[in-house]
Amino acid sequence: MSTALLIEQLLNGLQLGVMLFLMAAGLTLIFGVMGLINLAHGSFYMAGAFACATVAAATGSFWIGLIASLITAAAAGAIVEMAVIRRLYERDHLDQVLATFALILIFSEGTRWLFGSFPLYLDIPPLLQGAVPLPGGGQYQLYRLAIIGVGIVVAIGLYLLISRTRLGMRIRAGESDREMIAALGVDISTLYTVVFALGAALAGLAGALVGALQSVQVGMGEPVLILAFVVIVIGGIGSIKGALFGAVLVGVVDTMGRFLLPQALMLVLPPSQTALISGALASMLIYIVMALILAFRPTGLFAAQP
Amino acid sequence: MKNVLATGLIGLSLLVSGHAYAEPVKIGVITTLSGGGAGLGIDMRDAFTLAIKQSGNKDIELVIEDDAQKPELAVQIAEKMIQSDKVDLMTGIIWSNLAMAVVPNAVAQDVIYLSPNAGPSALAGANCHPNYFNVAYQNDNFHEAMGQYANQDYKNTFILAPNYPAGKDSLTGFKRFYKGELAGEVYTQVGQTDYAAEIAQIRASGADSVFFFLPGGMGIAFMKQYAQSGVDIPVMGPGFSFSQDVLPAVGDAALGVKNSATWAKDLDNEASREFVEAFQSEYNRLPSIYAAQSWDTANLILSALSKASVQDKEAFRAALKEADFDSVRGEFKFNTNNHPVQNVYIREVVKEDDVLTNTIVGTAFEDHKDAYAEQCNMQ
Amino acid sequence: MRQIVTREAITNAGLALLLLVVPLAASVMDEPFYVTLATRITVLALAAVGLNIALGLGGLVSFGHAAFFGLGGYAAGILATHAFNAQPLFLGIQATTSMPAIWLVAVVACGLVALPVGAISLRTSGVYFIMITLAFAQMIYYFAISWPAYGGQDGLSIYVRNTFPGANTAQPLPFFLICYGLLLLGLALFWALGGSRFGAALHTARQNATRLAAVGIAPFKIRLTAFAISAMVTGLAGALFADLNRFASPSMLSWHMSGELIVLIILGGKGRLFGPVAGAMLYVLFEYALGGITERWQLFLGLILLGVVLFARGGLMGLVAGKERYG
Repeated sequence: MSTALLIEQLLNGLQLGVMLFLMAAGLTLIFGVMGLINLAHGSFYMAGAFACATVAAATGSFWIGLIASLITAAAAGAIVEMAVIRRLYERDHLDQVLATFALILIFSEGTRWLFGSFPLYLDIPPLLQGAVPLPGGGQYQLYRLAIIGVGIVVAIGLYLLISRTRLGMRIRAGESDREMIAALGVDISTLYTVVFALGAALAGLAGALVGALQSVQVGMGEPVLILAFVVIVIGGIGSIKGALFGAVLVGVVDTMGRFLLPQALMLVLPPSQTALISGALASMLIYIVMALILAFRPTGLFAAQP
Repeated sequence: MKNVLATGLIGLSLLVSGHAYAEPVKIGVITTLSGGGAGLGIDMRDAFTLAIKQSGNKDIELVIEDDAQKPELAVQIAEKMIQSDKVDLMTGIIWSNLAMAVVPNAVAQDVIYLSPNAGPSALAGANCHPNYFNVAYQNDNFHEAMGQYANQDYKNTFILAPNYPAGKDSLTGFKRFYKGELAGEVYTQVGQTDYAAEIAQIRASGADSVFFFLPGGMGIAFMKQYAQSGVDIPVMGPGFSFSQDVLPAVGDAALGVKNSATWAKDLDNEASREFVEAFQSEYNRLPSIYAAQSWDTANLILSALSKASVQDKEAFRAALKEADFDSVRGEFKFNTNNHPVQNVYIREVVKEDDVLTNTIVGTAFEDHKDAYAEQCNMQ
Repeated sequence: MRQIVTREAITNAGLALLLLVVPLAASVMDEPFYVTLATRITVLALAAVGLNIALGLGGLVSFGHAAFFGLGGYAAGILATHAFNAQPLFLGIQATTSMPAIWLVAVVACGLVALPVGAISLRTSGVYFIMITLAFAQMIYYFAISWPAYGGQDGLSIYVRNTFPGANTAQPLPFFLICYGLLLLGLALFWALGGSRFGAALHTARQNATRLAAVGIAPFKIRLTAFAISAMVTGLAGALFADLNRFASPSMLSWHMSGELIVLIILGGKGRLFGPVAGAMLYVLFEYALGGITERWQLFLGLILLGVVLFARGGLMGLVAGKERYG
């Protein structure tokens, strides 16, 4: 195993982590501010990917598609928030789980109705094709580096937004005391819509970025959604910092598990068994990590609310 | 009273002496019409209904239902079709795991099931059944063909498949005929969408070729990422990841890839040409291999109906087993375990008028039989 | 004055009777499919009754009960497979196709898994509890699809339905009656738990854990017991479900299944004795009727569920039997 391969795999883990962060940031923000569990967050991811693929196919430009994905996901988020979600803030988690579970069914079949049953095509833009050399003799794909870059920019942007702007001040106030911000004369329902649309837009962005790497198809949001939940639970629900840390942890553990487990097991097991058993273990690994972390820190690593 | 009896007798004799196809036949079609895998089921259904429509046979009634790719739902629909709709024949299932859920029960209740896709090894060997006809392939076949093909040019192949039974069947099938070394053997997670880690391993493995079996969205993701990564080791795989339903989503990344299948639209026979033309003019898209297999399934049923009554199961099974129809795949017969004996071809992905499709470049096997037939005790 | 015969009691009796009479009538009219459909309702209702012990009585929103449902299913599948192939299980112990023995194995296995899972999960609460139960279920799900011994993703076929002394389980009606009997037992257990000192302690643990601790009862133990009992009942339903379909598959373990079990409870009315029964009836009938009308049935199912959450709080039982009474 060379250093170059190890570095490449670490970068792959980081890239997966960054993508999960884009999903998890919205989820954790929505939970932190409004106290809402949103199972339908994966649908915005899917909406972003479909919007990007459709617009990119029509205009020939990935970049216009990317803008379209942000607009579509944000608009879908705002509409869903105003039509459905705002009726759920006062309900218990159970009702929220069921209502957003229903939204998944509606979104998936609705998307299939609009776009048909076959997967769509979306490729990475010419500007970002190719690879860059790595120290140690390897090389790494430029587009994946760009995704890591986008993730870092979004993380910094969110940090600045929350710590330096009026909107961020209201979000922080909303997290600590919902009654108080109403008393301060802040229009809560607009604030909630904005936060929800912001979360949806981040998910849509993730969907569009990843859509160029994967297949743009109905149901693509669900596996990511479950991983994003793992991320925010590990990080501590409501904490952006926790989401970032959890996302990178999950991304790296998952990637390195798939990479290193077979090699480690090769030392103790006959080769015919290794591939199967390491496959089984690698797919369970992040859930084992999550259970271990919660067993020792029941509210995650960086819980925003005690 | 006598009159009633007489009328009854005349009616009965008419029924016996009349043409076999003049009686109503009910066919239950369970397939995937919603969710992520719906594309395959829709191609299956469209080809099947088109073949029945073109036959002009008005006595065939189709009961079509969506299984949403859920085994439990497929079982429930099958029970409804058997017990409530009282169907004579069943077909339509795309996925191996759904077939495993439905087929053993259905055939045990004396319903004839014809598989238009999916051929799990468990149903081809010791658990074969006279009521189960596989009109598509046994799951290992395409992979075996790729193993055979790889012997020509490659000595050191890296192989990967998802960690589930069809994935294991796949790599087993490949290795059954491949004689070279393995540069690596990896089982990926089911539903995995990012293959960066595996591609990095492939790059580092020193392999001279890559064989992969990743159906549906997994294959699309793998092919795109593989092409984007700039690794130039040639890839090959079974036809599923290069079928007409996924090629538009894979894009030019698939160009030139060799893959194995029992059919491509340029296969040189009359039945295939008619089928492609009919399908294209009806639905305005190119048919996939799932559509081709389904078209064959419908025509097999039609051929058997012209020879025997579905009420006479024994005779009808015999008529099916003769496989006396013009298959779009050319020569087609059934082995002792009711699985196909057929050619498996090597195809290459090409671009025709800006549309990606496959062209046949070679034959891996002629009259290929599956490896499990010996374990089946049918004659 | 407390009424003895409340509207809810009448509704409950009506539902129980309906679920019994329809399949009996269908059987007489030689429509075996409706017996099968009623069996499906019954088994799903039993699974939801199990979840309702944790969720309705204990306030523990488990998003991972599919794990126990699937474990029960696999218990039936694995025992039947070993018996069918005449292979001993381990240490020379012979497998069996006798349903009561299989149920025992399913229930014990679920209890044994629920204790450690519950012990870790109950350290958390609220959303964390929802998510950690989901994580455990996903762990078992991935194990099931990637472990080669018992069919992996393809699942496990039960070629002949398991047996019950004195009944021909291959026939739809006797099998339905067995399931129906177990559903009544499950409901009786729920009712007895709800009215017992244990139930009162559970209720207090939910409302005010400190008060419970003050009288010397550890809320953790009470909750863990409730979680384990709940898992065992759901596991029993899983074993029946596998026998109903003659098939155990990883999709019984998927998070969609966990979601559906929650849906059944809320659709019927959470925390109510017959909520899961009403919910299962509605859900299966929707699925069946919509699936027959349109291939876009999941869209309409989603709209109906959304409508129930937003506008029909209390679910079907809330509409028919009036508001939930406390005390």
